[in-house]
Amino acid sequence: MIELTYTRAADAADAIRRAGAENAKYLGGGTNLVDLMRETVEVPAALVDVTGLPGEIEETSDGGLMIGAAARNTAVAAHPKVRSRYPMLTRAIVAGASAQIRNMATVGGNLLQRTRCTYFYDTDGSRCNKRTPGAGCDAIEGFNRYHAILGASPACVATHPSDMCVALAALDAVVHLRSAYGERTVALCDLHRLPGDRPDVETVLEPGELITGVQLPLSPIARHSTYRKVRDRSSYAFALVSVAAALELDGDTIADARVALGGVAAKPWRAWRAEETLRGQPPTEETFLQAADAELAEARPLAGNTFKVDLARRTLAAVLQELTEGVR
Amino acid sequence: MPIIVNGREAPVPADVRVSLLDFLREQLELNGTKKGCNQGACGACTVLVDGQRILSCLALAVQYDGLEVTTIEGLAHDGALHPLQQAFIDHDGFQCGYCTPGQICSAVGMAGEVARGVPSHVTGDLAATEIALTHDELRERMSGNLCRCGAHNGIVDAISEIYS
Repeated sequence: MIELTYTRAADAADAIRRAGAENAKYLGGGTNLVDLMRETVEVPAALVDVTGLPGEIEETSDGGLMIGAAARNTAVAAHPKVRSRYPMLTRAIVAGASAQIRNMATVGGNLLQRTRCTYFYDTDGSRCNKRTPGAGCDAIEGFNRYHAILGASPACVATHPSDMCVALAALDAVVHLRSAYGERTVALCDLHRLPGDRPDVETVLEPGELITGVQLPLSPIARHSTYRKVRDRSSYAFALVSVAAALELDGDTIADARVALGGVAAKPWRAWRAEETLRGQPPTEETFLQAADAELAEARPLAGNTFKVDLARRTLAAVLQELTEGVR
Repeated sequence: MPIIVNGREAPVPADVRVSLLDFLREQLELNGTKKGCNQGACGACTVLVDGQRILSCLALAVQYDGLEVTTIEGLAHDGALHPLQQAFIDHDGFQCGYCTPGQICSAVGMAGEVARGVPSHVTGDLAATEIALTHDELRERMSGNLCRCGAHNGIVDAISEIYS
């Protein structure tokens, strides 16, 4: 690591002011950024520690929850109202990383964590358009078992590694942002960008913009929700494919559904087409597979991850089947 | 503010790049905490901060001023081993020993999480406020600590004796 400065922000306004310094980065729990700095993927000149900013989890007037960006992942997963009202979020968080890392990692940092593509990390030996725009991509023709099947581009096939974000996408979470120019909100589903020809630009955040919180709207359907993660070992591994889903039945008809996929794209993938296919249909395996097929119609797998299309299809159907049995 | 390590105050390093792990090992000469992967994948560097287990390799020491850090050296009291340390000896919970300090600190932190009702990936009922530390719960909750020697059976037995 090159020399850098470290300061601790007293509040959001202070953090934003300090982040105005050249090449400054916000620092949360450090579980991703410290590692990337050590590998010289990230080379900030100034760190602004935002772990002292609000991290409370509070009820909102509409019956939802507001989670401060500095809340640790463990605190969110263990919160009684998250467990009872948004079980898919607890399940997603505890499916990620290890207990030690979840104790450190903040919600804001989780949203902004970067891909685990090995070529992205390999500063000495690999080409990466995300690290060095225009350099080329060694993953497309390389080891791409963990890479994207949806929304990728010739420039980048990396995936977003978060489990938590997949649940947040399905829950219609809203990200609260603040900058020197004021405050705004962005839907979690719109926070991350697909790579296109600029895979180095991963979110819609403006320079220096700070995530202050994540809002969960009231969501009765989310009470019947879950998260399933398929990975190469049973714990402490990134997803090959994951599914966050919620289901609401009206007799023998699917009244409503929420579905998002992880491990398949550069962003948490809200499965809008699958949801549309499910509504009004009977909750049968045939329906579930049709919904998966609708979502995966435009999947473009790589040589090393062809299996992911069928894996995503079957995992989606299995999770919906589990939810159907659970709500009856 | 200083960092309080095993009850003693230590000034934070002047160089903000120093990890909590390197601070403990190289500046305080507390070599019990081990550097395995140095990238958050193995758990050998696990220490307790205000009772919570974290990875000291991914922590910048400067972020921890004013907080209480407990390392493996801080678990024994007045020459008497922590009960879990003794259980690791009794159950042969190690071979080379390199992962052991991290395993023990992690298990102490895990016991606190179980007592507080923090759910895990294998917890069936999220509404349950009391969690039984079954074999599956224990293995899942300790999955952040790798043992290359394969001493897991002894490790699980030792932790089970004290906390299950």
